[in-house]
Amino acid sequence: MRQFTYLVPKTLDEAISLLESHGEQAKYVAGGTDVLVKIKEGKLAPNYLISLKHIIGQDRPFLNHETGELYIGAFCTHRSIEQSSLVQHQYPIIHDAVKNIGSVQIRNVATIGGNLVNAVPSADGAIPLIALDAKANIYGTKGQRSIDLRRFFLGPGQCDLERGEILTEIVIPPLAPRTGSAYIKHGRREAMELPMLGVGVLLSLEEDMTTCAKARICLGVAAPTPFRALEAEKYLKGKTVDEINLSEAGRIAGQESKVRDSIRGVAWYRREMVGVLVRRMGLKALERAKDKHK
Amino acid sequence: MAREIAFVFNGNKMNMVIEDHWTLLHLIREELGYTGTKEGCGSGECGACTVIVDGEAVNSCLYLAAEINGKKLLTIEGVAAADGTLHPIQKSFVENGGIQCGFCSPGMIMSAKALLDKTANASEETIKEAIAGNLCRCTGYVQIIDSIKAVSGYGEDEPHVVAFKAEDGDRGE
Repeated sequence: MRQFTYLVPKTLDEAISLLESHGEQAKYVAGGTDVLVKIKEGKLAPNYLISLKHIIGQDRPFLNHETGELYIGAFCTHRSIEQSSLVQHQYPIIHDAVKNIGSVQIRNVATIGGNLVNAVPSADGAIPLIALDAKANIYGTKGQRSIDLRRFFLGPGQCDLERGEILTEIVIPPLAPRTGSAYIKHGRREAMELPMLGVGVLLSLEEDMTTCAKARICLGVAAPTPFRALEAEKYLKGKTVDEINLSEAGRIAGQESKVRDSIRGVAWYRREMVGVLVRRMGLKALERAKDKHK
Repeated sequence: MAREIAFVFNGNKMNMVIEDHWTLLHLIREELGYTGTKEGCGSGECGACTVIVDGEAVNSCLYLAAEINGKKLLTIEGVAAADGTLHPIQKSFVENGGIQCGFCSPGMIMSAKALLDKTANASEETIKEAIAGNLCRCTGYVQIIDSIKAVSGYGEDEPHVVAFKAEDGDRGE
């Protein structure tokens, strides 16, 4: 592999000042499973790699019991999120997504923050987090700022990070009562594939356990960036959560999505599948909300 | 840039001067001379280079050698006992025909070991998940899954280890 110097800062400030002093020749790296491939392929040629892996912080999901917020450090590996019993039981939509990213070997090393900042349309780490109304904490020379994760993605490969800024944490607000959620990655193979489509549905129910109080329908690979089907969400709100209404919400979501033809699938098929998978994930979310409420 | 690292390699403490841009795979094969770990794709797709770092399976082709500092590294050469007695997983691959050309086998065995060291009685689904990142183009995976399933639980008090026949263990090649 091309030569570079590997720098291992212990704090965010140290990492930022290293990047500033080495300028364009430096690049941040966390797990390295994307960055090292790009260096090998000649798509990146940094003289300095600044590791974010040794910055002291949360390395697994953490629930703040006072506020009810879930914190996921950006340097958490996918595997640590997948194996968190907190995530498995309270946030199954995240578990659904991270358990199918790459392989065990990749998930042991690759970080959720790395998945997000790559901002590829097929990255399915973002979809469940956006369905959960996550915020992204970002740290830079001007201090910390926080934005809605759905506003973080600007285009394929582009996210809202200034030079030097680091995505440090994902914060998920407290779950509404009677909430269920589910995600599915749709592709042609069981493993080691990028999704043809990713569909995440979150439903919060009224006390009657059948009326939709809040819906989040979030789609991956259905637009240049992670996409929320706002019209479909609006349609479901206040309606009975059943197969018929979920099918209609799925149809609306398919219509408002910006699916296109690509090597992994054609637009008409993707649009059809949005409809099918929104219904399926809606029913699964409903079932999960009821299970939790028992 | 060169740096000095200390790590445990197959049970032995080591101190080495390495280059920052070396991958762990380069360190193992080219510098230490242990060629059991294979390079397939070099990009994290095939799993032929799988090794175990602090108990977890990783692709050594995408892992910087610098990151092994302070950690325990296990390669396929460290799996059998010092006297050459094969590990139950290795025996099971031989017994159950989990090997044909052999190129994927070191990676497969490391992925299987990382799973079985932690999971007693791994289900078929868990086994498939554990080797999802290991490609084999010979066996069609069925024999590999059988090989792993046969020794699932070897770490328990009453291991489900299949009876090995030494003469059958030699594939006569």
